[in-house]
Amino acid sequence: MKIAHALRCLRGVAVREALRFIGQRGRFISALVRPLVWLFIFAAGFRSVLGISIIPPYETYILYEEYITPGLLGMILLFNGMQSSLSMVYDREMGSMSVLLTTPLPRWYLLLCKLLAGVFVAVLQTYVFLAIAWFWDIRPPLHGYLMVLPALFCAGLMLGALGLLLSSLIKQLENFAGVMNFVIFPMFFASSALYPLWKMQESSLPLYWLCTLNPFSHAVELVRFALYGKFNWLALLIVAVCTIVFLGAAAIGYDPSRGFLSNKTRGRTA
Amino acid sequence: MSALVVDNIRFSYKQQDALKGVSLTVERGTFVALLGANGAGKTTLFSIITGLYRAHGGSVSVMGHSLEKQSLKALAAMGVVFQKSTLDMDLTVGQNLRYAADLQGMTRKDSRQQLDAAIELHSMQDYISRKVGALSGGQRRRVELARALLHQPVLLLLDEPTVGLDLGSRQDFVNHVKSMCQTQQTGVLWATHLMDEVDHQDNLYLLAKGNIIANGNTKTLLEEHNQTDVASLFNHLNVNDTAGISKSTSS
Repeated sequence: MKIAHALRCLRGVAVREALRFIGQRGRFISALVRPLVWLFIFAAGFRSVLGISIIPPYETYILYEEYITPGLLGMILLFNGMQSSLSMVYDREMGSMSVLLTTPLPRWYLLLCKLLAGVFVAVLQTYVFLAIAWFWDIRPPLHGYLMVLPALFCAGLMLGALGLLLSSLIKQLENFAGVMNFVIFPMFFASSALYPLWKMQESSLPLYWLCTLNPFSHAVELVRFALYGKFNWLALLIVAVCTIVFLGAAAIGYDPSRGFLSNKTRGRTA
Repeated sequence: MSALVVDNIRFSYKQQDALKGVSLTVERGTFVALLGANGAGKTTLFSIITGLYRAHGGSVSVMGHSLEKQSLKALAAMGVVFQKSTLDMDLTVGQNLRYAADLQGMTRKDSRQQLDAAIELHSMQDYISRKVGALSGGQRRRVELARALLHQPVLLLLDEPTVGLDLGSRQDFVNHVKSMCQTQQTGVLWATHLMDEVDHQDNLYLLAKGNIIANGNTKTLLEEHNQTDVASLFNHLNVNDTAGISKSTSS
């Protein structure tokens, strides 16, 4: 594989994803409206109900809006990861996936290109969200805006890899509704995105452990700490390991001889 | 060196054999028609040649590069027009072509040159900036052809490329590909179930029930079997051979 060819391929896939995203205004708006509704309405309503004590990385008492902002950044990445998965299934059904898969580059690399392109688009959205949130008085330290970039990228990679894995498992577009019910909602609600885990521990220990085991919790914590200029090494480690596991499983899923798509009725797809 | 050599390819879905040892050759600068009824195995064969399916037996090589062992070199040498439209409907024609150029690793300068040449060659001046979703079936097919040829492949594979086109557009498209086959010395494998797309001077492979039942120059085959047109030849061979495995070869 030539490096120049690989980079041009990555550029092509990223530009295509960006053009499609920009062209689909509804998708762009809904991707922003979803977390903004949570920030403007949900968080405002729950501000007085949910008190947040001083927990790392915060050094003082904070408003609930400030607490859930990293969770909402995670929400954008999560929905984008699943959107990429949906787009992969759609491309496969429409046939445009064939064009990508007949490109003279290794298949694992082509999948990585799709993943990176999706993450690139998702990270752009998170910064647009952060810019709007700034006017809502959510103002992390300035260096946090820079430090959160690699954290967003890592979290986006993990969630995108999960989306890739799901796309290799889902055979038809119609089955995608199940992803909403069985993946997105449980992952989001059973995490530290909306409430700190110590609160969950007070309510239900099993649920607390479930939230602790949820990789999305660690993605959110990675983003939360980075946004306030701090590192959460445990979260980074868990996110990195999960990314490798999900990506490896996705690569197997798209493998012609071992893949989940290579069922008996379709023959062996490469 | 042959542009494409398919040797004894076998493939099955569950217990059903789709290809039972198919062999064919496409030389550079030649137009080869692969004629078969719906369900004969044409698309399965194309999926194997393009690496989308893995064959259960046999081998494929493109310009001497084995698809199994040197898949990247083999894929780089081919351009494909799939049966189903694979263009991105939300993007313009130009954006679709630039995307294809990037996937093939073409430099910006090369892709610009090839793009300009393709616009001229395929008469796409009027709709290069339009979204693909707004084009007619014939225009979309031209764009797909331009995309497949952008990196100047030595082998062009077309799987039922005229499906959905009216008679005039179909004939226009066939002529367009044939003239390019000669001018650019590209080997063309054209799969179709439409017998009127095959001319007497074309090389022909007849595929039925996963077997090549005849191959050779169309005119010679017609003379050998005392038939006047391809339709009657196909019926003659397919009906006469109840097992569907007779090899009537002329070359």
